[in-house]
Amino acid sequence: MNTTLLIFLLVLLAALLIGIALLAYRLVKGRMPRFSRKSLCIPYAVFLVFFVIIPMLVIFFYAFTDREMHFSFGNFVKFFSDPTKLSTIAYSIVIALITTVVCLLIAFPVAYILARSKMKKKYVVLMLFVLPMWINFVLRINAIRELFNWMGLLGETNYFNTVFGMVYDFLPFMILPLYTTIMKIDNSLYEASCDLGANGFVTFTRITLPLSVPGIMSGVTMVFLPSMTNYVVSDMLGNSMVTIIGKFIYEYFGSDWHMGSMVALVLLVVVFVSTWLTGGFQSDENVRGANL
Amino acid sequence: MKKQIVFKCLKAGFIGLVLLLLYAPILLLAVYSFIGTDIIGKAGAFSWEHYEKLFGDPVILGMIGNTLLLALLAALLSTVLGTVGALGMFYCKKRVKAIVHGVSQIPVINAEIVTALALAVTFVTVGIGKSYFTMLVGHLVICTPFVVLSVIPKLKQMDNSLYEAALDLGASPLKALFTVVLPQIVPGVISGFMLAVTLSLDDYIVTVYTRPNGFETISTYVFNATMRGNAHTAETLSSFWALTTIIFVVIVLVVVISNLTNLRKKEAKR
Repeated sequence: MNTTLLIFLLVLLAALLIGIALLAYRLVKGRMPRFSRKSLCIPYAVFLVFFVIIPMLVIFFYAFTDREMHFSFGNFVKFFSDPTKLSTIAYSIVIALITTVVCLLIAFPVAYILARSKMKKKYVVLMLFVLPMWINFVLRINAIRELFNWMGLLGETNYFNTVFGMVYDFLPFMILPLYTTIMKIDNSLYEASCDLGANGFVTFTRITLPLSVPGIMSGVTMVFLPSMTNYVVSDMLGNSMVTIIGKFIYEYFGSDWHMGSMVALVLLVVVFVSTWLTGGFQSDENVRGANL
Repeated sequence: MKKQIVFKCLKAGFIGLVLLLLYAPILLLAVYSFIGTDIIGKAGAFSWEHYEKLFGDPVILGMIGNTLLLALLAALLSTVLGTVGALGMFYCKKRVKAIVHGVSQIPVINAEIVTALALAVTFVTVGIGKSYFTMLVGHLVICTPFVVLSVIPKLKQMDNSLYEAALDLGASPLKALFTVVLPQIVPGVISGFMLAVTLSLDDYIVTVYTRPNGFETISTYVFNATMRGNAHTAETLSSFWALTTIIFVVIVLVVVISNLTNLRKKEAKR
């Protein structure tokens, strides 16, 4: 594939389209358009329409048609009446739940200790937690695979391995938002709580925990969904014995797009409902640790 | 007092334990990348054999090159698209802004596999098929929203009166945009670019669904090698130890250097 030629052609096409648009404007309005800052939005909006909205509609279309492209609820009925499918999905949700809870149980103390620590260079420690995330994730999982292989766990404890891999992979996504929210808690609140005679436990349950709920929410959304769909982890560490929802879609992609789209659509609904329930995605500046 | 010391030790111990778990697999590979054995756990003498294997295999070098080039292209294009888009959105009416921002959030919150499937099915249905172009588009879809997300906060912090002043002093809107607005959002643009690079380098799922036949990145190659283990790739498994070690060292160096330069900048400002 000749990349340079392709990009050149693309640029040419874009230039041509802009030229035609300008010409049309000139013919209709009789003058060249004036530059408006709002118009900068257009390329991105067009991009989103073509590569985000239309693909979602295509998925929707495939999900509700049969192989002859007739409208049908067949996929929907088939999906929700197959007990093996439903049990796999229940499995998948259980694995994702365990992963999320374990992540939270590890990440909360880490974030709390670091955020409340008076250490001068605590950002170095935080950095240590995020650093492995920048190694290619398949290589990272491969490293765990080699470790488990050496310990004799590979192929033995498939579910444990899968959950371990997911926790390993997604832990930074939980630590970062928690750290940012706990950092934001005003120190005087702790002092006030102490002055009013509350002990450490009461302070934690009445101040730290309620105020870190936004961080917990965004952490949970960042961990739960990938651990339901990232089949690379379950394949490489679970010895292909652990099937999660993501693997379903992969398998259907090879055989039946209509069913595959149906599964994808169900996931899509789950995503939107959970986003809606958690009050929208927190566009944390610290998302994926970019600004560290 | 004694209780406090015990507590401190417990905290440090917990942090240390989690870090140990995080680094154990990487360190294990790093150690064995220098030992002349193909099986981890087996004793052997110091050797460069895994590194020699890595740098002597044109297939592996090719896929590393593919990964880097794709990441660079995707990051450059998504940075331009995302920065321009974020600028445009910032000046749009509230309603338009909300709609574009909402749609832009879809790939961020969506499961990657749904995005990937939707794109692949669409490309094939429309008849474009799969090519380098479709793969690049796939990477743009997952990278650009993150660029937008990292540029927007900088736009919000920006002093808007400077732009007005530039117009009053006779600059054209376009010139004002380039000389006044753009310099103020550069940090956001840079972090967006870095984020796009890491997202693209890390990607497996979108690549698998949208790539042209026979195209391999580090993710797809390593996954296939460990899972299918055909004759060529099974042998190369140990060269991944060397690859992991090299990437790890590069990342540590980048982080250390960027922190040192940041510190120096801060000190210079004082």
